[in-house]
Amino acid sequence: MKLTFPHMGTLDMVLSDLFSRLETDFIIPPKTSVKTVNLGTKHAPEFACFPLKVTIGNLIEGLEAGADAVVMVGGIGPCRFGFYAEVQNKILRDAGYDFEMIVLEPPTTDIKDFMKKCKKIAPKKTLWQIFQAVRVGWKKAVAIDEVEKKVLKTRCFEKNFGDTTAMHKKALAVLGKAITPREIQMARDKALSVIDGAKKDFENNPLKIGIVGEFYVLLEPCINFDIERYLGQKGIYLERSVYLTDWISFSKKNPVMGLSNDEVAKAAKPYLSHFVGGEGQATVGHVVKFAEEGFDGVIQLLPFTCMPEIIAKSVLPKIHRELDIPVLTLVIDEQTGRAGIITRLEAFIDLLWSKRKKKLSIVG
Amino acid sequence: MKVGVPRALLYYKYFPLWETFFSELGAEVVLSSPTNKRILNLGTEAAENEVCLPVKIFYGHVISLKDKVDALFIPRIVSVEGGAYTCPKFLGLPDMIRALDVDLPQIISPTFNLKLGLREFYRSVYELGGFFTKNLFKIVMAFQKGLNKLDSFENLLHDGHLLNEALAGRFFPAPKGRLRIGVVGHPYNIFDQYISMNLIERLQKKGIKVLTAEMVEEEVVDKIVTGLQKKLFWTYEKDVVGAVFHWLDAKSVDGIIYVLSFACGPDSLIQILIEHEAKQQGFSVPIMPIVIDEHSGEAGLVTRLEAFVDMMSRKVGSEKS
Ligand code: SF4
Ligand code: SF4
Repeated sequence: MKLTFPHMGTLDMVLSDLFSRLETDFIIPPKTSVKTVNLGTKHAPEFACFPLKVTIGNLIEGLEAGADAVVMVGGIGPCRFGFYAEVQNKILRDAGYDFEMIVLEPPTTDIKDFMKKCKKIAPKKTLWQIFQAVRVGWKKAVAIDEVEKKVLKTRCFEKNFGDTTAMHKKALAVLGKAITPREIQMARDKALSVIDGAKKDFENNPLKIGIVGEFYVLLEPCINFDIERYLGQKGIYLERSVYLTDWISFSKKNPVMGLSNDEVAKAAKPYLSHFVGGEGQATVGHVVKFAEEGFDGVIQLLPFTCMPEIIAKSVLPKIHRELDIPVLTLVIDEQTGRAGIITRLEAFIDLLWSKRKKKLSIVG
Repeated sequence: MKVGVPRALLYYKYFPLWETFFSELGAEVVLSSPTNKRILNLGTEAAENEVCLPVKIFYGHVISLKDKVDALFIPRIVSVEGGAYTCPKFLGLPDMIRALDVDLPQIISPTFNLKLGLREFYRSVYELGGFFTKNLFKIVMAFQKGLNKLDSFENLLHDGHLLNEALAGRFFPAPKGRLRIGVVGHPYNIFDQYISMNLIERLQKKGIKVLTAEMVEEEVVDKIVTGLQKKLFWTYEKDVVGAVFHWLDAKSVDGIIYVLSFACGPDSLIQILIEHEAKQQGFSVPIMPIVIDEHSGEAGLVTRLEAFVDMMSRKVGSEKS
């Protein structure tokens, strides 16, 4: 059995590490590209949410590359993600692919089924060994996210254009090689200091922008036009509402982002008082938090037809009226072009600068 | 007290219950007028562009109603059965309306979530009744009466009456033609004559007997959806899938029209289940999806209907001879 899986940011790195520990055969699909998106768009329903289209493209490319099994996670709603695996399965079969589909439903729904699936993924290992592998792999995943977070926060200070990105690559390579918990700990420290290796100029007082939205488009630079790198290189200090391990983690604490789910929900309450699936309420909560922390603006990434983000977007005008924080919503799908995104980002940055100058002149 | 109920979304599911409950508690129920161009425009102007058409229409009804009432009833209907949700949009609806930059009357928006069990559910009923009376007994009685009303309404549907006729309490004889078409989709699309561009009436005028998902018995639907590989976690989509699978299997209709909202979340995935099943059954019953948004034109619909009905008549004709 050769497993494949969809891409999502650094997920491939995390899963390769885990599957190697489990001695499970796997194939990483080619990096998400225009071809991937076209494949997905061709096979998925027209107004399926964008992540579904892209991941179908990934899976097709993974199967074409020789995989004969797919691993996905399930869910219990209310947003569409919980139904992805089922739909991917049907679409790929109707398209003529033959493979085994392994869907990990949340262990809280059916713990026995969950363990059975784990054994299927790692037939050579005992449940205890699987547990250990996940535990150690998890540490590495958190370290990868911590590095990413540091990159986001410091890229705006780099002296030489592109340094941070180059150092990020190096840092990930360092982490990639770590195996034991001790090595991971050491690699983490090293990786973080590698990022410091990029020359910095902490003199400037950058614009601060928070990035929120649906997790998939937030985490996958291949489909969000790598806007974080673009903005960072424009000298903008960034913070993001969700990291991979925050999203995977079952606990309500978010190890990398920092705020707990409850804190975020509480911040959202006056504007969106109930969860709505996906990242909807979190998006709203983070906009409020960013406003409170004095950020200059927020960018929301919304995959076309994404229900939770549309709900969030619908209550943003009220936040804008009351907290006076500008939010730019970027709708992302297969028809979105990079040029259009860049134009809008530039206009937004101009707006934020002029707003800040106005504020300064009032104070001064 | 005048309580406004927008004639949109879940009005099509629960209005008999709501109306009875409020009137029993001494409130006057004010319903917005049937969807028209003005309401549609009000909605599309006020709502964010990405919102699905039925929710935009809901916005329109709210705005057209807001100055005529003391309060608006916009419940947050999270779940109407254990183990499943409605649509995420219904979970956020009251907040979306509150975010509008217009003067709104008081909004009554209790949360109904059967996933949390019957006790929580009744707590919400008491909370809702509490707006009108402090008399708990009266609230319970009013709700019971409402449930009975809802029951008899749903019985009418199971007996084969169309939802709009059952809501209005006026019934017309079904056409006597040979063709039978199943029409599925959200009731707020199909039975809002403005949105559906009189789809059902158009079919009936051709002498076609129209069947809808509401007419399929619950037990049949339950049996089908429990047999699904993956549990469906959207209640209203279960009805759609149940009806279509049943019709495909029993071959009790000559064709199926599946009405979807453009950019509807649940619809986009359910469509795949339906198409997959139709393929498994060798496409023996033709299915036509109709996607509706605010730009849908009547001309397009008419042409497609004609073609679909023609094809079915030919098919039925050749099978009979
Ligand atoms: S959060 Fe949005 S994009 Fe993601 S699965 Fe749900 S509806 Fe789709
Ligand atoms: S089910 Fe679809 S059409 Fe209905 S409110 Fe939800 S997204 Fe809109």
